[in-house]
Amino acid sequence: MPKYAMVIDQRRCIGCLACIVACKRENHVPEEHYRTRVVEEIDGKAPKLRMELRSELCNHCDNPPCVYNCPTGASYKDKDGTVQINRKKCVGCKACIAACPYDARYINPEHGYADKCTFCQHRLKAGKEPACVATCIGKSRVFGDLDDPSSKVSKLLREYSSWVRLPEAGTHPRVFYIRKQSRPE
Amino acid sequence: MGISRREFIKYAALGLAGSAALTTEVFKPLSAMGLDDDRAIVKHIPTVCEMCFWMCGAVGRVVNGRLVKLEGNPLHPKSRGRLCARGNAGMGLLYDPDRLKAPLIRTGARGENRYKKASWDEALNYVADRITKIKEKYGPEAIALFAHGSPGSYFFDLVLAMGSPNISFPSFSQCLGARNVGYELTFGEDPGSGPERVDMENSRVIAMFATHLGENMHNSQVQDFTEAVGRGAKLIVVDPRFSTAAGKADYWLQIKPGTDLALMLAWLHVLIYEKWYDEDYIKKYTEGFEELKKGVKEYTPEWAEKETEIPARLIAETARELGRYRPNVVVHPGRHYAWYGNDTQRARANALLNAVLGTWGAKGGIYLKPQVKLPSLKGKPFPETEKESVAIPDKYPFAGGEGLTNEVRRATITGDPYPIKAWLVVGTNLVKTLPNQKETLQAIKNLDLLVSIDVMPMDTTMLADVILPETTYLERHDELKKVYAKSLGIALRQPVVKPLFEVKPAWWIAKELAKRLGLEDYFPYKHLEDKLRKQAKLWNIDYDKLQRKGYHVIPNSAKPYFGPDNPPKFKTESGKINLYSKELEAYGFDPIPKYTKVEQPPQGYMRLLYGRVPMHTFTRSINNKWLWELEKENHVWINTEVARRLNIKDGEYVVLENQDGIRSNKVLAKVTERIRKDCVFLPHGFGLMSKRLSRAYLKGADDQGLITRYRIDPITGVTGMRVNFVKIVKEA
Repeated sequence: MPKYAMVIDQRRCIGCLACIVACKRENHVPEEHYRTRVVEEIDGKAPKLRMELRSELCNHCDNPPCVYNCPTGASYKDKDGTVQINRKKCVGCKACIAACPYDARYINPEHGYADKCTFCQHRLKAGKEPACVATCIGKSRVFGDLDDPSSKVSKLLREYSSWVRLPEAGTHPRVFYIRKQSRPE
Repeated sequence: MGISRREFIKYAALGLAGSAALTTEVFKPLSAMGLDDDRAIVKHIPTVCEMCFWMCGAVGRVVNGRLVKLEGNPLHPKSRGRLCARGNAGMGLLYDPDRLKAPLIRTGARGENRYKKASWDEALNYVADRITKIKEKYGPEAIALFAHGSPGSYFFDLVLAMGSPNISFPSFSQCLGARNVGYELTFGEDPGSGPERVDMENSRVIAMFATHLGENMHNSQVQDFTEAVGRGAKLIVVDPRFSTAAGKADYWLQIKPGTDLALMLAWLHVLIYEKWYDEDYIKKYTEGFEELKKGVKEYTPEWAEKETEIPARLIAETARELGRYRPNVVVHPGRHYAWYGNDTQRARANALLNAVLGTWGAKGGIYLKPQVKLPSLKGKPFPETEKESVAIPDKYPFAGGEGLTNEVRRATITGDPYPIKAWLVVGTNLVKTLPNQKETLQAIKNLDLLVSIDVMPMDTTMLADVILPETTYLERHDELKKVYAKSLGIALRQPVVKPLFEVKPAWWIAKELAKRLGLEDYFPYKHLEDKLRKQAKLWNIDYDKLQRKGYHVIPNSAKPYFGPDNPPKFKTESGKINLYSKELEAYGFDPIPKYTKVEQPPQGYMRLLYGRVPMHTFTRSINNKWLWELEKENHVWINTEVARRLNIKDGEYVVLENQDGIRSNKVLAKVTERIRKDCVFLPHGFGLMSKRLSRAYLKGADDQGLITRYRIDPITGVTGMRVNFVKIVKEA
């Protein structure tokens, strides 16, 4: 089985939000709800300013608190390493929402179940990349299989130092960030 | 007709069409797509996006006749498989309940928003009848066309067929006119406008003047830009604002607004006096180097520091970065140039930097346009017009391109040199496009007929006497589109769904009007697709394949760089780069750009800068459900210290008041270190006044409403719009 992961090369993100719209249209995410977002942070005083653009989504953690805290077993870790929700088992109790340190989940207002990023599992099954990755203008979002040493994600993680959100939470995210790139010459 | 100097650009005018698109029909379990039906007819139909003018290749996924998703066409060089937020949100336009649905004829006063629904026959007869009367009374030139985007081309033909030369698109005088002229005067041709032929993917150093790529979402150009950033190209961003692009930059030069020309001249000074240029190249391929050298002598970095407030050390250092890596560098030509009324000279200075650095035709510089000429279909020649076009008046000797909207408006108000009595407005929201709304409204008052052809009930649309509802780009064919990327390519727009409501494609509307005016010969086809097929055949393109792929590359058309087999040759009269412009001199303008000071804001006021947010295109996408939720109203950027002094908190509503006492709608303050103290930044397109736009109505502030002053560039006649000053008024 593959071990799916996403690497977000932050230097290449230009904050255009194409990922958000692609995700929402692909997955029929209801109005005012999001499975992914782009956070913009500014540090410093002019003219010494620093900008960080950070795409955030479900981390598909290897140690997922949402799964452990789900009383019905609706949230589960799938064989491909992604965290998924079985809608039929979900009772909308929000335990997972409280447990997730990344604010990655919401309750579908129409149907009442918990919902979040699936890494576009339906697209993966059809041999396609997640919608946000496929449309990413800056090729900032990169997706692939960590078990395949020749995959783009494996290569990037070998080549650059990466970080994950809230490592202290002990969740072992599958979404990695690259902030700084080496410069040629 | 008075087309001076520059050829009238006609937007990708070719083309025609027919039945539904012929792509693979696949039966698929839809549970896999997150949809409820078990089985459905799924089609993937390639077409061309027009959420903005970049016009990327898109593929629509249509399930049981409904468009559910749009993705980038991987074959199209402007999208390369990717779409921006707007492209992804196309169905938000297609299925917007606020769309114009049927022809409307005004029953109340103009602007009163009272209309009656009419049949197409009734509405078209009404328009044709009024046009005929105006033609009889005032002559054909009393009819003017304003347009933007694909639908314009059919009305372009219609108006020329009527015998009027008065055609103008805001893209010239409110946008890139000065840039193109500045480059033509220097290199003999413009740097392209969709795409700009900037080879950023290969650049070693990129300098940009307020070109805020990333906020300005020109898909392929932004892809090239991020490629450069990812590769580690050096980036110099000159901007009073810490733009997203500045956030990626090695050098952010926080320039004082209005002084860009000073920095450009100082860069020229450093490049020339420190000999960063290639002497051989300059000798062989340019004219007027000594004059240029003399011309920029006084513009030292120390001098420029006083003007620009950028340290002289940084000015010299950045110039040297460009010089060190030439010719694989580029000073980005930019796009929107209508800033200060000195805009052609600024464009000239920008072009001169690229000239001295030798970037034209160099890898990483400005690549060359594909030189393949495709034959045109022969049509009936348009009649000679009796009178000169007011859109290209002699008083601006280098006006041209898509014409001066502001001059047509002026003539409509004054009746000088002759009356203009009818406006056809196609896909452009003039009230929000031209500076000084009062003048636009005054001109509209003088009209006997205002016809709007549009998709949405925009501000200008709702002032029209007759509203003809057009299809969206997802429901129609359009002329085949020539794409001048490194190779020349042909893109097909075809419907991905059947037209909703009673709307009709622009080509049909123009043709039906032509029929009623006795001009049908100019539209020699039953369906536009007939013409497209003929055109494709003429160009040796398999039309059926084009329908399946959406894009066709003309073989062997790419010759992007000069080299041993393609020695540098420029399209000027001499075949060399004009460092010294004899053409400008002949009309009494400075042949080498000279620095002129721009008026600075009075005490208590800040310069109003405007620009883009990545999820919106002008005013036209604000009401789109899927984009609106990302940016419902705009924010005015205010410097932290200024805000502290005025006691303004981030996220609170304020009102802007300009030098003429005009006040904006309330707008959210964004208090930030990212902008200088002497200016504010307000994203364009918000504060819509049409009540029929249920989401966008009066959300945010309208920058154009505050742009009551404009400075006309004497060379091209374009309207400099960054000459307005505002103060901030706390909301009561």
